[in-house]
Amino acid sequence: MSAISTSSAAAANARPPNLLPDGRWRPLELAFWLIPIALYFVAPDYRVLGSQVLITGLFALSLDLILGYAGIVSLGHAAFFGLGAYAAALLAKHFTGDPLIGLVVAALVSAAAGWLVSFLVVRGNDLTRLMVTLGIGLMLWEAANKASFITGGVDGLSFTPGKLFGVWSFDLAGNTAYVYALVVVFVVFLFAKRLVDSPLGLSLRGIREGGKRMPAIGAPVVVRLRTIFTIAAGIAGIAGALLAQTTQFASIDTLGFPRSAELMIMLVLGGTGRLYGALVGAAIFMIAHDYLSAIDPVYWEFWIGFFLVLIVLFAHGGILGGLAALRARFGRSGS
Amino acid sequence: MTPALRTQSLSKTWGAFRANSDITLEFASGARHALIGPNGAGKTTFINLLTGALPPTSGQVFLGDEDITALPQHARVKRGMTRTFQINTLFPGLTVLESVVLAICERQGRAGIWRHTVSRQREAVDEAAALLEQLRLSAERNALTKNLAYGKQRLVEIALALATKPSILLLDEPAAGIPAGESTELFEVIAALPREVTIVFIEHDMELVFRFAERITVLVAGKVLVEGPPVEIQRDPRVKEVYLGEAQHG
Repeated sequence: MSAISTSSAAAANARPPNLLPDGRWRPLELAFWLIPIALYFVAPDYRVLGSQVLITGLFALSLDLILGYAGIVSLGHAAFFGLGAYAAALLAKHFTGDPLIGLVVAALVSAAAGWLVSFLVVRGNDLTRLMVTLGIGLMLWEAANKASFITGGVDGLSFTPGKLFGVWSFDLAGNTAYVYALVVVFVVFLFAKRLVDSPLGLSLRGIREGGKRMPAIGAPVVVRLRTIFTIAAGIAGIAGALLAQTTQFASIDTLGFPRSAELMIMLVLGGTGRLYGALVGAAIFMIAHDYLSAIDPVYWEFWIGFFLVLIVLFAHGGILGGLAALRARFGRSGS
Repeated sequence: MTPALRTQSLSKTWGAFRANSDITLEFASGARHALIGPNGAGKTTFINLLTGALPPTSGQVFLGDEDITALPQHARVKRGMTRTFQINTLFPGLTVLESVVLAICERQGRAGIWRHTVSRQREAVDEAAALLEQLRLSAERNALTKNLAYGKQRLVEIALALATKPSILLLDEPAAGIPAGESTELFEVIAALPREVTIVFIEHDMELVFRFAERITVLVAGKVLVEGPPVEIQRDPRVKEVYLGEAQHG
């Protein structure tokens, strides 16, 4: 996903330019971010759905950091999302309703939990990691269910978040929610983009590509994995807090296994290891969910499954990976 | 003088199988030391024990005066001991330049940085470019490693090891699978390394071994059969027996 500049290619024919991640913005990226801005004005009736798509995209992005970049498979990532949601809800209910403080606290709580879990996750192979994350997710769900005096159990936890900057309250039409979610998602995206284009990001890709070689070049693989797992958990916590604040409700479903599994489907659909794949995958999944479940409320998941199989078999790297391959094949044939 | 690297009764067993048995060896600073022996003699296992890729069943490894037996692999690299692999162990989805820049950033302790982009690591990028030039990989710098020809991938193996600026370099059949002409070139690059770098290499091509090694250890069935300068090894009847025996059977 490195931005690439080849303007001096013609001049430097003896020595090719160094193509390395440089964090530059490409026109397509700018166009991508204009879409949610335009939708705010073009589709005012869909701001509630839109804010949820953005939040889920952020959640998927956090999984992309560990799965797409570092190669850690997880089936329990919703644990951190749910922790963030409950942290924000409980904070608003008992201490302060300030949404931004809620986001920060949620990020810290989830990151702390992520750091603890990371000690278990860095051990073992993919199957071990799947089972460990799955097991932790299940334990947390059951613990939240049992502690209904704090979490509200299966009934969830309703609360009223404070006004954003003391000015904007969260309205039913989702106006504040949409703008708030968009800004937060964009800011976190900027952070993630810088991270993946940095030496740390390169090091994570190194672990994914050659886990056996990394120690032989002096890399403390375990430290790196723990770092990114903690960061990703923190971002998942921010996403959970955003969902709780914008819906004014923290539900036990936010912690559940189905959410972790759906998240992985979204990311794989969109394409792993490219950040935008998380956002695109979440958008397509949720819009497809909205559309297909309206047509067929019972069997809509059939089509999601069908598309997942197609994508995994025929478009290596998800939708964005497939598009990139098409572009590479046809886009440059004329030049 | 304290040897750069030494082992004390190093052993590795899997059940009843003794892959390395009671190996006590010394590698002087600046040595050009070959490890030879028939297939299955335990040469790669020995390298794995030296680098910490495998824990020994018993025995110790010393780097200078320091007992490093319990140190993890990456910490040994930080102390200057680097290896290459017999079977390419690279970063298939990274470009050649990215791979080498990564190794240099790891050495510089800058691979944990997240606030600046990779392209801003000018020092590392320039050093990587110079190293690729030295190994004649400049033209391939932006190619994905997995798309390189096998011989070029062997060179990336070397490049990654050199990027860590080792004081002890362990080469596991560096020329395996590449044509004879290219393997000589490869060894010339290795021979041109600074004299203070200690080089231990496993190699099956005896012409290369006798051309580049100043000392040779012969391993057979996980044990040291004999150790000495090339002239002695060449004359040693036990070595002849091992190799002639192998030739007769094979």
